[in-house]
Amino acid sequence: MNKVQNNKAWLLVLPVFLLVAFSAIIPLMTVVNYSVQDIFDQNNAYFVGLEWYQEVMSVPRLQDSLARQFFYSGTVLLIEVPLGICVALMMPTRGWTASLSLIVLALPLLIPWNVVGTIWQIFARSDIGLLGYVINGIGIDYNYTNNSVDAWFTVLLMDVWHWTSLIALLCYSGLRAIPDAYYQAARIDRASSWAIFRYIQLPKLQGVLIIGVLLRFMDSFMIYTEPFVLTGGGPGNSTTFLSQTLTKMAIGQFDIGPAAAFSIIYFLIVLLVSWLFFTTITHLDKDKVKEQSHD
Amino acid sequence: MNWMAWTLPTAIFFSTIGSIIVMMTVWEIRSPCIERKGFLPISTTRGDRLFIGLLSSAFIHLFTLGFTSLNIWLALIASVIWLISLMRWG
Amino acid sequence: MTRNKRIGIISYSAFVLLPIYWLINMSFKSNEEITGGLSLWPQQFTFANYQVIFTDPSWYNGYFNSIYYVVLNSVITLVVALPAAYAFSRYKFVGDKHLFFWLLTNRMAPPAVFLLPFFQLYSSVGLFDTHIAVALAHCLFSVPLAVWILEGFMSAVPREIDETAYIDGYSFGHFFIRLFLPLISSGIGVTIFFSFMFSWVELLLARTLTSVNAKPIAAIMTRTIGASGVDWGVLAAAGVLTIIPGVLVIYFVRNHVAKGFALGRV
Repeated sequence: MNKVQNNKAWLLVLPVFLLVAFSAIIPLMTVVNYSVQDIFDQNNAYFVGLEWYQEVMSVPRLQDSLARQFFYSGTVLLIEVPLGICVALMMPTRGWTASLSLIVLALPLLIPWNVVGTIWQIFARSDIGLLGYVINGIGIDYNYTNNSVDAWFTVLLMDVWHWTSLIALLCYSGLRAIPDAYYQAARIDRASSWAIFRYIQLPKLQGVLIIGVLLRFMDSFMIYTEPFVLTGGGPGNSTTFLSQTLTKMAIGQFDIGPAAAFSIIYFLIVLLVSWLFFTTITHLDKDKVKEQSHD
Repeated sequence: MNWMAWTLPTAIFFSTIGSIIVMMTVWEIRSPCIERKGFLPISTTRGDRLFIGLLSSAFIHLFTLGFTSLNIWLALIASVIWLISLMRWG
Repeated sequence: MTRNKRIGIISYSAFVLLPIYWLINMSFKSNEEITGGLSLWPQQFTFANYQVIFTDPSWYNGYFNSIYYVVLNSVITLVVALPAAYAFSRYKFVGDKHLFFWLLTNRMAPPAVFLLPFFQLYSSVGLFDTHIAVALAHCLFSVPLAVWILEGFMSAVPREIDETAYIDGYSFGHFFIRLFLPLISSGIGVTIFFSFMFSWVELLLARTLTSVNAKPIAAIMTRTIGASGVDWGVLAAAGVLTIIPGVLVIYFVRNHVAKGFALGRV
């Protein structure tokens, strides 16, 4: 599409810019300000330079929770993306079953995050929960409140339950955008269903998958509410993720300076990863445009 | 504004970034830039190179702080040189 | 093949629905029954837990507060995002790409440490504990995504439509509201779905920015954990009630959702 160069378009964007800048730039600047000071209370703050940055990078607790966070986000993506694609492929394409499965799949996405935690707390407890009861019933000792492996498993299962639907819905709509002619051509060529998936469906899903991965990466990287409600970070520190460590530091111990410094580092990491993703998206777009203009 | 806990160094930091953005905007309006390909693997505009430069400078500083005992001013000098060369040849 | 697919989708749906069923099951049981033993459906069916919520204003006001700021958020999001998305889809302007990326980066800030500045910012402008404060704060997540989705839909509408309308003598406002918006109604549906979703499910910011008057239901739920242990029945009933608005929203936009994602800027 040929766009017209017109700087007056800024007037249309201005409301969004002001609105977001108000809630984004001012708090961000404040966090940067916090990060270079030792703050006791509102009127007693001392400039300490970059000391906190140096310090927080050598604190094992933060390194641990960062490592745990990467591991968690990686695992979540590895499970949810393939599963989401499978679910999308299985979804009915027309009729009332299609509407019904859309509604069922979208359900977990619209439940407040702390309620998600509550649901899984009730569901997985070994005394009153169906899941915990059944697992113990088949002879496996399972108790997520005092076994860290079980706690990990439960948090992961909860995340899969909560967010696979997002990937599935994105892929479902990506699949719907494929014209029937492609499938007809494949049928004439007697392509196997694997070949259809590999050469017709997967390439079309590339775009939606990048969005899905981006959203899932950002959200799983700052997961807070659900594990907080479910396990409270325990047992021990086994399910304490980065956001939770930071909140404890900032609000629990009132170490605002180091917490702020670490949030800035955290923000920079997410910014870098997301920028790489975003550049990939825009360059895919450009390649597509080039291909089309060659035709 | 008391609650924002301003300090002189952060004020200087943000006004530098702010004025760079203003200058880039004025420059862009005066002479719009054309996307080109330098030593970076993707073709970039001036603004892209500025962003890449600033983000990588932030990581240069973090690396210096966290993993070496070098003076932080060295990191700053290195970042400025990196930023300029990126803008010119990137 | 189709049979396997059907089995697959049914078992996945069961996986999705089972925990929700368990919550609903709990909400109709008394606490004695919940802690007493496991049963797949309520043995003594009771509405007592719901009665607690519907008769106590501090409970049901939580629902009104949540719905109020979520609706406010969706309205603000649509009003500011529509013109911005139009600008992104039709014009090139200085800094457009960077502005777009910057909008998206706002979803990436770790909320935990930003709570304190948020609290102070909204207190200093006198908006603390108002619905509008939560609605504005949630715009941080909803507006970027709304602009992104709407831009995709608008780019799919050919420019010629705009030009023809101007030649026919329509003013910009008239064209935009009467001709253009109906063309992207699916996009608006999906945008509402997303603003609703991100505002309804968010708790951290909502809890930080409110104390009494605008306190969301999700925050009120935490008080079921008292000295005598957890009031499981009421907790479950409150949880069930938070799911209902979501179900209604999905039901109304279900036909747009499938189309919507596909046409989004992907």
